[in-house]
Amino acid sequence: MSTALTLPARRAAPGVFIALALTLAVGWLVVTIDGGQLFSQPTTVSLLHVAAGLGLVAVGQTVVIIGGSLDLSVAYVVSLSTLVAAEAMAGSNAGLLPGVGLALGVSAAIGFLNGMLVTKARINAFIATVGVGLLLKGYLDNGYDGPAGRTAPVLVQSLGYQRIGPVPVSFLLLLAVAAAIWVVLTRTRFGHHLIAVGGDPQVARLSGVRNDRVLIAAHVLCSLCAGLAGIYLASRLGSGAPRVGTEGLYDLESIAAVVLGGTALAGGSGGVAGTVGGVLLLASIDAILNQLEVDAFVKQVIRGVIIIAAVAVYARRALRKAGS
Amino acid sequence: MRRSTAAVAIGAVLALAGCATDEPTAVASGTASQAAGSGTGAQSKFFVQADYDKELALLGATPTGTAGKPWEQVLEPNMVQTAKFKKPGPHKICFSNAGLNNPWRQVGFKTMQAEVETHGRQIKQFVHVDAEGKDQKQIADINDLLGKGCDALIVSPNTTATLTPAVEAACAKGLPVIVFDRGVDSTCPVTFINPIGGYGFGHVAADFISKRMKPGGKVLALRILPGVDVLETRWSAAKVAFDKAGVDVIGVEFTDGDPAKTKKIVNDYIQRYGTIDGVWMDAGAVAVAAVEAFVDAGRPVPPINGEDQLDFLKMWKDKNLTAIAPTYPTYQWRTPIIAALRVLNGEPVSSPWKLPQPTITQDNLAEYLDADMPPLHYAVCGCTDLPGYPQRWK
Amino acid sequence: MQLAERNRLRVRFRPGGLAPILVIFVVLLVLLGTRQPDFLSPPSLMSFLGRSAPLILLAAGQYFVIVAGEFDLSVGSLVTAQVVVAARLIDSDPSRTWPVILLLLAFGAAVGLVNGLITTRLRVSSFITTLGMYLILVGAVYLWSDGAPKGGLSEEFRRFGRRAFEDVFLVGRIPYALLILLAVAALAVLLTRSDFGRTLVAAGGNPRTAELSGVRVRHAKTLAFVLSGLAAAVAAILIGGYSGVSFQAGAGLEFGAITAVVLGGVALGGGRGSVVGAMLGALTLETLFTLMNFYGVSGALRSTVQGAIILLAVAVSAMRSVPAKGIQ
Repeated sequence: MSTALTLPARRAAPGVFIALALTLAVGWLVVTIDGGQLFSQPTTVSLLHVAAGLGLVAVGQTVVIIGGSLDLSVAYVVSLSTLVAAEAMAGSNAGLLPGVGLALGVSAAIGFLNGMLVTKARINAFIATVGVGLLLKGYLDNGYDGPAGRTAPVLVQSLGYQRIGPVPVSFLLLLAVAAAIWVVLTRTRFGHHLIAVGGDPQVARLSGVRNDRVLIAAHVLCSLCAGLAGIYLASRLGSGAPRVGTEGLYDLESIAAVVLGGTALAGGSGGVAGTVGGVLLLASIDAILNQLEVDAFVKQVIRGVIIIAAVAVYARRALRKAGS
Repeated sequence: MRRSTAAVAIGAVLALAGCATDEPTAVASGTASQAAGSGTGAQSKFFVQADYDKELALLGATPTGTAGKPWEQVLEPNMVQTAKFKKPGPHKICFSNAGLNNPWRQVGFKTMQAEVETHGRQIKQFVHVDAEGKDQKQIADINDLLGKGCDALIVSPNTTATLTPAVEAACAKGLPVIVFDRGVDSTCPVTFINPIGGYGFGHVAADFISKRMKPGGKVLALRILPGVDVLETRWSAAKVAFDKAGVDVIGVEFTDGDPAKTKKIVNDYIQRYGTIDGVWMDAGAVAVAAVEAFVDAGRPVPPINGEDQLDFLKMWKDKNLTAIAPTYPTYQWRTPIIAALRVLNGEPVSSPWKLPQPTITQDNLAEYLDADMPPLHYAVCGCTDLPGYPQRWK
Repeated sequence: MQLAERNRLRVRFRPGGLAPILVIFVVLLVLLGTRQPDFLSPPSLMSFLGRSAPLILLAAGQYFVIVAGEFDLSVGSLVTAQVVVAARLIDSDPSRTWPVILLLLAFGAAVGLVNGLITTRLRVSSFITTLGMYLILVGAVYLWSDGAPKGGLSEEFRRFGRRAFEDVFLVGRIPYALLILLAVAALAVLLTRSDFGRTLVAAGGNPRTAELSGVRVRHAKTLAFVLSGLAAAVAAILIGGYSGVSFQAGAGLEFGAITAVVLGGVALGGGRGSVVGAMLGALTLETLFTLMNFYGVSGALRSTVQGAIILLAVAVSAMRSVPAKGIQ
């Protein structure tokens, strides 16, 4: 963590895309030899659907991580958002806008709470968001004994299952959200401030950045993305599901995707393009191992090794750059 | 000018790509009725009185089919014709599995693989995809399997409500779909295979415990997790039984299946209430830990239920417990393969296919207790006649 | 009274002091005592300390890593792996108990060493190193045991976490786990007072200086991970003993340990806090769980209560250190 402070911001985004291309090439070869088909339409659609869910969460996670914070409550926000959306819609198309609005509103409020705890109450983000996660877990455990509500049919038809060729609408939504956040991070004052706060909070404060406001906004943005992921999942599942976020391990997997994409956990550097690459990489590995019918436990070991190895490679490159 | 060109181009791309949807037609989900709950809190939203009544009636029903092979037996059969699925073999059978993340599913899946082996050349390929306990992944998996030329699709859904659309999409492709363990809210699968079910399990255990203790005695209910449908039905049936018997349920606690947490909870309840007259559990995973908590505290173990896991059965015998073990038998993993082959041969099958659900009692305990099997093996696996027994399950 | 007041002020002005956690602990203990007076009787209290030992040990191990500015997210999965490995290797054969215990300690140290080397040599952030290790250990142990734990623990192995010296004068009973805990705690305190301990705090407190002083810091940090791995090994022996084999043995313990350490006034990011505070934090957390059992907090609502209390406690201790900063 200490190294990032002394190193210049680095551009690791292309690295993950090279890794992605290599993975797909090798994967395609192995799957073909195995007698399967990696790029068949159903497989590609499935891969992009999985990427869309995780991607929405990970893009939001990127924002807080760049700001030097972290959000471990996202898995619960995702679950809650599916329920709020599906229950408000109650299976009618008329409930679509109120449902989406309410889900996003609730998510934003949780993000605001996270931000306040991290900035005003000065609780470390790790503990603050684990704590908020526990609050939400209790609410979900207590209030729901299974799926509830019913997503508006029009949303199921569009966001949940509609696709253009092999590309699901949900993946286009991810690309749109990622593009919007890319603009926010690179072209707005908020983005520059966020990177400054993540890089060195003291310096940022001294140069007139209102650190607290920036971080609160980042947390709201992160929760909104998780809320959006929840709305997508509600459209996919047809109802709200109280355990979908935790089952999907969206908290740890989103952080893994962000880090794979070259964003440093210490904050101050990175971007959403890399994160989308990281998500695609994780989803591709999953799809390839799925085609090969590799045991889920082996998959987990492979995932662990890849995450560590990727970050080690980034660190090596950063060191070399710093040295030259 | 330029804009219109772009519009035309986009239109052309869309047309070429084939704007498509995988969305199946929606159906109404089952309605839940409310049953009266009192001392044990509000009844679960998922409690359906009609299903409850049916399961309790099935507990006393006599199965039809080969004796000694409960995985081929049916309770109250309702045969459906499957001639339209008839196909020459050998077949490619695909299986979308909710997960292999607990010993019950492990034992079950090994049993299923062994069953596949017994059919030799009738099955040319058996494809298994593990959803790792994720709804989202299982939906993608099923979609993925549709492109693989399967002759029949077996699904063990992770969640009933959320997997319904994906299963319906599979039916729409004209594939015979067989669902087992958890169901889906749809009539499109050829058949749904499962044992009597959660209400039966919860009721048998609660009924035994309330009859073996003094009236108005104190019962501690230990549950694994909230929000898992199979477990919710077990608890909701137990609740009805306890309320009817006038039992004092002093606590309903979640253990996360963690034996250490279980022991701590039971210990604290013993200290808080002095004596506990019965322990009910929705799954057998932590039954041994609960018994140990009483033993370590130097108290007699009250009437308790577990499941057919061998560690519990062994402790039952060693400590001479007053116990019962309703089961959710793992032999149900054999049936989908049998059913799939029958359907592909055009033979009629029962829909739904209700399997018998034996209960282990003091009288038949010795039958099921095999000291050579590992502690978390499920005794009612129906696997002793399968290839590779016992090594495959060790 | 006056002296106590002055002492309190002094602790209060020392960032990372013990005062907040002591106050919270005492409040919880009083609440427990009023609800269930016999909980405070010596034998019951001793049993409680015995069963709390694993989390306290993990918190002590986690302290060394956190005070140096790192994380160890792998301890929970390490505990599970150790318990499952122990059961399969011992396979209910008493004569294998001691060799397996030695093996577990070596295994814990080795995992810690790998975590430490990857973090310090390859410069991977420890959050990622130990998250990756978590995935690897969980996957590997499921794979190795084919999805369900096998074998069994011998009674000789289980006694450390399960049995006690009974009929002890005054206190009633002394669990073996408590004795092990006391020994490890003494060792931990000694370590924090050594050169190694000071290097760690310096490394966490000021990463720039740490960079400059180089090798020594890297060694110290690696050793901190080894200590955390060893603590996990001892905790696994006690947990396996207390409740037997299961895949759930270590589930969530990494979050428990980190929460405990933070509750105890140790700053995430490193540089301040004491190992006694961390262990007290763990004891407080265990007291909170027990409190909820005695007050009959509905099973499903527990996490909410737990989350609220943790947030409140950490916020309060964060606020208390505000004047300290202002004055210095």
